[in-house]
Amino acid sequence: MRIALFVPCFVDTLFPATARATVTVLERLGHEVVFPEEQTCCGQVHANAGHRAQGLRLARRFVRVFGDEDAIVAPSGSCVATVRERYPQLAEEAGDEALLADVRALGPRVHELATFLVGVLGVEDVGASFPHRVTYHASCHGLRSLGAGDAQLRVLRAVRGIDLVELENPTACCGFGGTFAVKNAEVSTAMLGAKAADVITTGAEVCTAGDDSCLMHLGGGLRRLRAGVRTMHIAEILASTR
Amino acid sequence: MSFAAGAHDALGDAQLRANLRRATTTIRARRQDAVDEVDDWEALRERGAAAKDRALHDLAAQLELLEASVERAGGHVHWARDAEEACHVVAGLVRAQGADRVIKAKSLTTDEIGLNEALAEEGVRAIETDLAELIVQLAGDRQSHILVPAIHRSRAEIRALFAAELDRPDLSDDPAELAEAARLHLRERLLTVPVGISGANFAVAETGTICLVESEGNGRMCTTLPEVLITVMGIEKLLPRWEDLPTMLELLPRSATGERMSPYVSLWTGVHEGDGPRELHLVLVDAGRTDVLADPAGRDALRCIRCSACLNSCPVYEHVGGHAYGSIYPGPIGAVLAPQLARMEEHADLPFASTLCGACADVCPVKIDIPALLVHLRGRAVDRRRRLDPEGLAMAMLGRAFERPGRYEAAQRAARRGRGILAHAWRVGPLGAWTSSRELPEVPDESFRAWWRSR
Repeated sequence: MRIALFVPCFVDTLFPATARATVTVLERLGHEVVFPEEQTCCGQVHANAGHRAQGLRLARRFVRVFGDEDAIVAPSGSCVATVRERYPQLAEEAGDEALLADVRALGPRVHELATFLVGVLGVEDVGASFPHRVTYHASCHGLRSLGAGDAQLRVLRAVRGIDLVELENPTACCGFGGTFAVKNAEVSTAMLGAKAADVITTGAEVCTAGDDSCLMHLGGGLRRLRAGVRTMHIAEILASTR
Repeated sequence: MSFAAGAHDALGDAQLRANLRRATTTIRARRQDAVDEVDDWEALRERGAAAKDRALHDLAAQLELLEASVERAGGHVHWARDAEEACHVVAGLVRAQGADRVIKAKSLTTDEIGLNEALAEEGVRAIETDLAELIVQLAGDRQSHILVPAIHRSRAEIRALFAAELDRPDLSDDPAELAEAARLHLRERLLTVPVGISGANFAVAETGTICLVESEGNGRMCTTLPEVLITVMGIEKLLPRWEDLPTMLELLPRSATGERMSPYVSLWTGVHEGDGPRELHLVLVDAGRTDVLADPAGRDALRCIRCSACLNSCPVYEHVGGHAYGSIYPGPIGAVLAPQLARMEEHADLPFASTLCGACADVCPVKIDIPALLVHLRGRAVDRRRRLDPEGLAMAMLGRAFERPGRYEAAQRAARRGRGILAHAWRVGPLGAWTSSRELPEVPDESFRAWWRSR
């Protein structure tokens, strides 16, 4: 299958290993991966922060770049949720019927990685091996908007050698929330504290999730605490082999 | 006070946070159990949302129907455009009775319009009879939760309060003993005060029936013992049909307290000779609601039945409590309701007081998509800003960088040297807000797209 890779801007810039791992996993399964180089950013930060005009421009750009693709996959639940939920909202609020029709047609073709593996490809075991103690944080957008929590756990459980430890309060938000993390830094930090405590309690060496944004926040906090827990995107675990 | 400033105070209060954590954890679990035993909770939510939408999408006609039904049953209906008019109407009705005291059932709408303060100016003392409202009133405090206004208070604090204000130094901090003391304090007043004031959970347009849901029974006493009953209701509480009521009475108690049914559900239609009040007034309050209704993207907030499940499920609320929101309506629903009722002139920072995690939308019994509303209201708040602030500037620069891949890649290269918009975008807001608690990620030598081209 031809799969168009949608690499969120901050993954491209700050967490390229996640995107490389996504390529590794999809190619290992025998698929053709393409990367439309005209892509930049889905506009999540603009749309969610209320800067609708810029969000709209980036939504239109996304439709131009990916409109002809049948399968679009991103290693990020929140950016996929942006396309599926925020784009229709932006188009409706702007009264742009053409864009609304475009994004409604495009949305179902845009997938979060684990949901794509399990739901579209029907694969849980991707041939990965990762002999470490790992705990999994269900990122909110993946969990609630896309129902990805189950798929992410399934692909993780199929990894060889993994010692998967369940997190207390598994559905509680980590406190990132985009601009929330800086606008309401103190509340964000309180939420981070609760999540970091739960992560540390598991005794895991690695905390994983389907979104690098949550992991940037959680990992930044764990490093500040010198907690000795690494954060790794799910794609990197799935790409690991013996 | 801004949300951030209010949150700062709350976060430093270890007792408050322990009280909140314990209370919200307990009530979340109880709600979940009560919801899980319903065969098709989703279908019930759909019916609830549809009933509220039928009311809201035809509100003008439905309100006139309600007025006719109430008057047919012997009640009087008054219309109030804003808080001031509503208070004026109620004060006039109380004055006409020559009363200097009124007893009140728990009512958010009367808190919203500042009725107690308005009555005090007329020399009328409003006596709150709901235990938690009484605690808040005696302490000169503010409510911090829609359903459990004194959720921020521990029983040790309540014991001290009753010792001082009710002159009961003999009490222990046993909840039953404290409740008994409040009961004794209130009983005399309930039996002698001639005017009762209540809110309404629902009012059925086709029958003129008003419905009040509560746990303690003091609300029922307020609505049945006095000679005159004044019910103050936001216009969005209307239900078109009698048969909508069972749906709501399945949804509300399970969502609110995790009970199958609340201990006291009172329904009254007009006045009846020899039973209950001899005079019934219904004050219909707009106070910004028709403005909310005029925004097709924002109006779903008016479906709210004030169950507070969204507060109890919200991780932000759990950490900071209700006072930080600075509104009688705190938590996720408050963040979408309060600014809209104030025409975005107040509380415009509340829509930003959320991570958009979506836990609130999962539990809402009338399916309000609170995260979508929060995003919509953020847009309205940003549109109102007159000057380009640092955030607006950063967003504009980011937007410009993302318009062309070439510009974007130049920004990526700058970020690797610690410069430019991509390196500084997360510093939007107070400088160092990110690094106050988190290390910065390192910028790798090679972006993904550079790697892709070279592979």
